[in-house]
Order: sequence, then structure tokens, then C-alpha cells
Amino acid sequence: MSEPLKQADIDQEIAALSGGPGDHPARDYAPYRSTLLRHPKQPLVAVKDPEAAELSGPAFGVSDVTALDNDLTRQHLGEPLGERMTVRGRVLDRQGRPVRNQLVEIWQANASGRYLHQRDDHSAPLDPNFTGVGRCLTDDDGNYLFTTIKPGAYPWRNHVNAWRPAHIHFSLFGSAFTQRLVTQMYFPGDPLFPYDPIMQSVTDERARQRLVASYAHELSEPEFSLGYRWDIVLDGPAATWMEEGR
Amino acid sequence: MNPTPSQTVGPFYGYALPFPGGGDLATGGIAVHGYVYDGAGDPVPDALLEFWQADEQGSLRGSPGTMRRDPTNGAFLGRDGVRFTGFGRVGTDLDGHWALRTVVPGNGYISVCVFARGLLHHLYTRIYLGQNGFLDSLPPERRHTLVAAEEREGVYRFDIHLQGDKETVFLDFG
Repeated sequence: MSEPLKQADIDQEIAALSGGPGDHPARDYAPYRSTLLRHPKQPLVAVKDPEAAELSGPAFGVSDVTALDNDLTRQHLGEPLGERMTVRGRVLDRQGRPVRNQLVEIWQANASGRYLHQRDDHSAPLDPNFTGVGRCLTDDDGNYLFTTIKPGAYPWRNHVNAWRPAHIHFSLFGSAFTQRLVTQMYFPGDPLFPYDPIMQSVTDERARQRLVASYAHELSEPEFSLGYRWDIVLDGPAATWMEEGR
Repeated sequence: MNPTPSQTVGPFYGYALPFPGGGDLATGGIAVHGYVYDGAGDPVPDALLEFWQADEQGSLRGSPGTMRRDPTNGAFLGRDGVRFTGFGRVGTDLDGHWALRTVVPGNGYISVCVFARGLLHHLYTRIYLGQNGFLDSLPPERRHTLVAAEEREGVYRFDIHLQGDKETVFLDFG
């Protein structure tokens, strides 16, 4: 039986890989142990076909979301516990063009750091007034908006005393399937950042900062909620005919 | 502009991303199913697969309505059965199995995007339902990993191996 893996061991591994290039994490980032058996070892095969189906993608519309979907504080009879917040931003492509009328999905732990998921066995309490799921469509300028509560940090079992910094999971669609993105939004100034191998898997400091929302006082609503701003830029090519919108 | 980095979908997306009927693109067509395996050959119980495909005529202009909702109570209604949306989403079962009911796309393949706990950046692959020029460009020993095997009429098998001797060919669109 090997020694239990400690934070100091993970810290060393993180430091050894820190500063590496790239906007996205390497799939074989060993400090996050679950990657070990779940990344391909063969190089990806480049597809250069201008007719590739992946250069187009699914469309969503007003029938795919309901008006309440973007307010996670109004999905139950009572209000959830926690620090009420709004998060808003724009979804853009790499050319800075807004991603219009596309689906944004979020999910998160409650204020105590517990997910409404049977396999989350963290001993923190569930909140009967919080599910933690939201959806919306971006508007014509690519804007999205969610009202929710700030999620709590929570422990996990990557190593002894591993804790995830507070985060909201985001799922985004562009105009092309190649632009698909699932990521996590973090909160500014979280002391857990340096200890977390998932966040540190983005080894370039500037790229990692793009995962952190800004506190935006002008977006805070008096006597109601704290405001955060987080803009998202989707990677990947799209077919030219898509650029004119659909 | 520099892109927002990818992060893993994690283990707890199950109450957020899958939806009823996620694998029911169309009725009266074919079924495609299989397992997702890790590098040790064990099934992956927490992978999420997304599918994007052309309709039978080859059109890639899928309709909205994959996640059609009831405005009265917010429930998922399923697709309307008339308009083809081209998009599906299925989480693997605890035994790593997934299934999709759809039609044969006019261009010959179904695009797949793979998410999982432990996968920091999603992967793309394709399910080919017959021979295709693109397959000929692949190393002969790996070509078969993109071809669905017809188990019986209208039922195809397609396993995804994230790593190992049987590793699936994954694609990069640059």
C-alpha cells in the first residue's frame, strides 16, 4: 500500500508543470489523478475538410428554455440560503463577434458546497430550496445573465485534504460544434487557487486568469445581489456561411 | 481574442446536462449503442456524449427544439417528432453503456463530442455507418475504431476507448 497522496506532493507536481504554454489544459495533466486513464495517448487526427459537419452545430430557440430557467433562486417555494449574486457577460468567438441566441447552461453546488447529486457524499447540508441548474439563451449581442447564490468550496478525494475552490460550471455552444466548450468560472481572490490541480491544469497564468470572474460593483443591485462579470471566448473554427448568422 | 480555457465536466453534471429523450433524435430509423472504456479497459460510468449529425438528405441545418419545454411547468417535452434537430446528448449508464436512436445521416457519419470526469478538454470523434474516403486516410490498423458494426438490421455497435491498445481515433479541427 503506497503512502496517501498529500497536498505537498501535488504542489510539487503542479510547480513542475507550471508555466507551460497553451490556452487549454493538457489532457494528460497528472496532478489531477482522474486524467491518468482517461486521455488518449495517440495524437489527434487533423480534419481539414471544409465540408466537415462539425463546422456547423445545433441551434436552440425560445422553446428550449423557460423564462425562469436563468434564476436559480426562484425554482422552489422558498429562497435558497447563501450570498445572492448575479453573473453576466458576453459569449464571443475568437474574432470578437457575439455568439447570438445560443444556449448557455450552468450547474453548481449550494452555498454549503454540496451538489444535489446522489453521488456527492460531502457531509455539508442540502438546501431544499436550491437545485443549482440554470439555462438561458444569449441575446443579439451575445449577453447572458444568471441570478443565483455563491457556491461553497467543497472537498474531494484527489489527494488528502483536497478542496475545490468555489466555481460555477458553464456549458456553451457556438455556431459550430467545433466551438463547444464546457468550463468552470471561479471567483476573484479565492485562496484555494494554488492548491487546486483542476484550475492549475491551465498552466499559463494569463489563460488561467480568464477563468476568473470580476467583481463588478456597477452590476451589484442595491439591497439585492452582488454582481460579477465573466466574458467567454469560444475556440475553434466555424464554417464561413455561419458568419452571416442563422 | 484568446479563448476561455476548457475545464472538466466533473462528476456532478448528471442533474444538469442530460435531459429526457436526449438520445431520441428520430424514430423509425436506426439505433447506435456502445460502451465508453478507460485505459484499463474499465467502463466509464460518468461520461457524457453529445451527437451532431445531418438529416437523411445531408442537411446540417438542424432545427431548434432538442430541449423543448412545457411553459406551464418547465418539464421536458421531447422533440416534436417532425423537425429534425440533429443534436443529441446521452450520459453513460453505471455500466458505461449509451444508446442513440436516429436516422442514417446523408453524409455518412455522426459527430461525437466526449466529456467525462477526468477529461480536462472534450474529445471529438465520428461514428461512420459505412465506408468513406476519410477513413481511407487513416492508418489501416486504427480505421475500424470509427466504424460502427451492424449487429443486426438497424442496430449498430460503437465503443469508445479513451486510451490503450484499442484507442479510438480522436479528431482535431484546429
